[in-house]
Amino acid sequence: MRNEFEHEELPQEDFERITIDSDQAERIEKPSLSFWQDAWLRLRKNKAAIVSMVVLVLLIIMALIGPYLNGHAGDTQNLRHANLPPKVPGIENMGIMDGVGNLAGKKVDLYEMKKVDEYYWFGTDGLGRDLFTRLWEGTQISLFIAFVAAAIDMVVGVAYGGISGYFGGRTDDIMQRVVEILIGIPTLIVVILMIMIMDPGITAIIIAISITGWIGMSRIVRAQTLKYKSQEFVLASRTLGSKDGKIITKHLLPNMLGIIIINTMFTIPNAIFFEAFLSFIGIGLQPPAASLGTLINDGFKVMEHQPYVLLFPALVISILMIAFNLIGDGLRDALDPKMKD
Amino acid sequence: MTKILQVKDLELSFHTFGGEVKAIRGVNFDLNKGETLAIVGESGSGKSVTTKSIMRLLPAHSAEYKNGEILFEGKDLTKVSEKAMQKIRGKDISMIFQDPMTSLNPTMTIGKQIMEPILKHQNMNKSQAREQAINLLNLVGIPNAESRYKMYPHQFSGGQRQRIVIAIALACNPKILIADEPTTALDVTIQAQILELMKEIQKKIDTSIIFITHDLGVVANVADRVAVMYGGKIVEIGTVDEIFYNPQHPYTWGLLSSMPSMDLADQKLYAIPGTPPDLLNPPAGDAFALRSEYAMKIDMERQPPFFRVSDTHYAATWLLHPQAPQVEPPAVIIERMKTFPGSRYYVDQTGGNV
Amino acid sequence: MTDHLIEVKNLKQYFNAGKASEVKAIDDISFSIKRGETFGLVGESGCGKSTTGRTMIRLYDATAGQVLYDGVDVHAPKSQKETHALNRKMQMIFQDPYASLNPRMKVMDIIAEGLDIHGLVKSKKERRERVIELLQTVGLNREHAERYPHEFSGGQRQRIGIARALAVDPEFIIADEPISALDVSIQAQVVNLLKELQEEKGLTYLFIAHDLSMVKYISDRIGVMYFGKLVEMAPADELYRNPMHAYTKSLLSAIPLPDPIYERSRVRHPYNPKDHQYGPDEKVEFREIAPEHFVLCSEKEFVAMQAARV
Repeated sequence: MRNEFEHEELPQEDFERITIDSDQAERIEKPSLSFWQDAWLRLRKNKAAIVSMVVLVLLIIMALIGPYLNGHAGDTQNLRHANLPPKVPGIENMGIMDGVGNLAGKKVDLYEMKKVDEYYWFGTDGLGRDLFTRLWEGTQISLFIAFVAAAIDMVVGVAYGGISGYFGGRTDDIMQRVVEILIGIPTLIVVILMIMIMDPGITAIIIAISITGWIGMSRIVRAQTLKYKSQEFVLASRTLGSKDGKIITKHLLPNMLGIIIINTMFTIPNAIFFEAFLSFIGIGLQPPAASLGTLINDGFKVMEHQPYVLLFPALVISILMIAFNLIGDGLRDALDPKMKD
Repeated sequence: MTKILQVKDLELSFHTFGGEVKAIRGVNFDLNKGETLAIVGESGSGKSVTTKSIMRLLPAHSAEYKNGEILFEGKDLTKVSEKAMQKIRGKDISMIFQDPMTSLNPTMTIGKQIMEPILKHQNMNKSQAREQAINLLNLVGIPNAESRYKMYPHQFSGGQRQRIVIAIALACNPKILIADEPTTALDVTIQAQILELMKEIQKKIDTSIIFITHDLGVVANVADRVAVMYGGKIVEIGTVDEIFYNPQHPYTWGLLSSMPSMDLADQKLYAIPGTPPDLLNPPAGDAFALRSEYAMKIDMERQPPFFRVSDTHYAATWLLHPQAPQVEPPAVIIERMKTFPGSRYYVDQTGGNV
Repeated sequence: MTDHLIEVKNLKQYFNAGKASEVKAIDDISFSIKRGETFGLVGESGCGKSTTGRTMIRLYDATAGQVLYDGVDVHAPKSQKETHALNRKMQMIFQDPYASLNPRMKVMDIIAEGLDIHGLVKSKKERRERVIELLQTVGLNREHAERYPHEFSGGQRQRIGIARALAVDPEFIIADEPISALDVSIQAQVVNLLKELQEEKGLTYLFIAHDLSMVKYISDRIGVMYFGKLVEMAPADELYRNPMHAYTKSLLSAIPLPDPIYERSRVRHPYNPKDHQYGPDEKVEFREIAPEHFVLCSEKEFVAMQAARV
């Protein structure tokens, strides 16, 4: 049933005894990879995340250089050039972005009518400002607000959660009660009050976003700290005589870095969205400063007649949100220790 | 003896990030009706994967059946549909897992959890099922079953939870019960109770058990037959006495001599050097050769076939080839062999070699 | 009694002391360990054996009682220098080879952690050489130094944990279930290594485990714990030949041995604490029933046990 039990003749020297070098048995075949190298290999396989990263880098570059590309300044008002539709050299011959817009129900080349020789790639607004320049200026400010807010969230959240979790006991009790009180207050009301007290502007918005934003991070970090501080490698370090500072920086933080990064990646799009929301309802940035929120607000007012004013900032904000979320997802898959081994 | 399950040339791989892990590399065994077959091996030897493949519990996206068949009642379990498999799972073949904490649903009363498979697989109404569930609880030795029936898992101790898990597994009188390290998470005294319970129940309902463990003491206690797995293959299979008193494979020798015996002290323990093979790149020849002091040239080049020791006892090692040199097993093993009629070291009661 | 390296005196460790949820993890235990000996501590999960080890090395503060190391009270307040000196003398090996090594650190840095904290090496080169030496001591080699823990098997990781403990040249090592998470064939590797190290360096061990056969093999003396109390303590052979406390008997009779013939005839003695039937005024204490053999019992039991022994 199993095998032939009549055995073939084999060359006798095959049965010579050999001694195996015992080092052989301890050898590790796989190449050595650190956690981060391993995570990068994983992330690289995630096409959506990689494409998103490329798109995001392009958007950031555009946000930095975009305002200087076509020679128009974002705050130059020129009423003669008001309400022009997009017109791009080269593409204009293909029937789109050719400067043709609606005027009293008829399709007219507005550039010809107003005798404008310049090209406004994304058109102009009611005050004749170049929307292309304003879009990238707005993106720049939105991203700036988001990055700064996320950085503040991260620093405050990690510190607060880390201290609360690591020292535990009464410290933890008090700190967690504070968080519970903060969570109990509706964010939007705090934010509106904040902005009414302070001058509206970038600083006010950043503070408004950060004032409760760090709570999520602090909770995650606290839970992670609680989990890791009782792990045996931390106990081992304590029996060797490590001080608290060393334990936190050498053992706890490196292990939590992955989850901190992932969480920050999801904080950024939330901050962008929240800023846009505040600006959209009119308590965010004040004119002439532009952010994606104010631009969308402007576009929303003229949506019916000049949809292009709304279109471009809406596109940029959507792409930003999707890109950040896809990168966050990719990072989560790449860094999640549960996927390991 | 009727064969209730036959596993033939089973090969199974996992597709992982690092490449193809050949977790099972040609496994053959039969399970007879009413017997307990223990599968022993260290972690990564493929013992758990083998039973999960019988139950088809492996993640479909990464596990691939490369070859072979698993015959149960004329059906090849590697090929039946998922729907047909669901009818078999829990009814004909059921499974007990290692951790009684996680194998029960914490939000459901234990009564409901026991009734679930009964209602699903048997034509019973609720009150009949309830009665059956209470009978099962009595069978597995939970006192006051009537009143504890409505309790939640956290209200029971670890040992009692494992009893409940066993009750659920037995709910439909399965033909095969697969126990995957069912006592590893338990204390010795609780382990002893659970093992006694399993043996008792097996006698009552005449089911076949596949018992996976790494603890040779437990094997000696429960098994009728033993299969020793290493590197994704069975390296030796035989009755429990044959494996413990007349082992042939150097790996079995190593396992048996690395356990301290209660009466021999101050003797250095035999330790198998090195670590188990990496199944991402399994060795060409005998997977154990790299850790064996009995290695021969051919072990590096060709995988050994099964050699017959007796009608029930087979071992996959080139040492059994007629041309191979006679080797001396470790002293502890010779001591064991002395008690086994039929082994070459057998010492008769009256003394002297036979 | 000057040859006692460690003396544990009336040690108590209550969690949530004073509250309704009070847990007496260690309930007044006393024992001592001689220099160069291995003391085994066995018992089932939750009996307080791991807590004992962790309290002894100051991972927990004791509720009451003393742990004397070479006559010095471990829990008494100390200067930083004294604390450091104590840290070097007492080390610990942990149970879970997967959780006891920081996954983000290279083996080199894991092993060198103690060297860095105590300033035992002066240069990068010396640090490297010392780590490689330690790796070789535990049967690994230089190429393992640059790797991360997840690349190693359980047994290899446990040996790295041993190398980390050895780095500071300790005299006393608490091994907290060092083999229970390992495969049988690997357990022997680790146990042999621990024995070799003991012979070479004259180490003293507290070996905590639930696997009695391994404890018997490695220990000179064994203490059996049950619900925070030490119920029996005796030299290893004596304990196995003459278990006196009903719980020890039950524990011993429950171990399955790799011997089918013995298994077929093994009879288990279940233990029920109610069987003692201690009266309200009976004094239950640790009594010496034979030289070095102590049992937690009442006066009545003591007499009965002594009669049974002779």
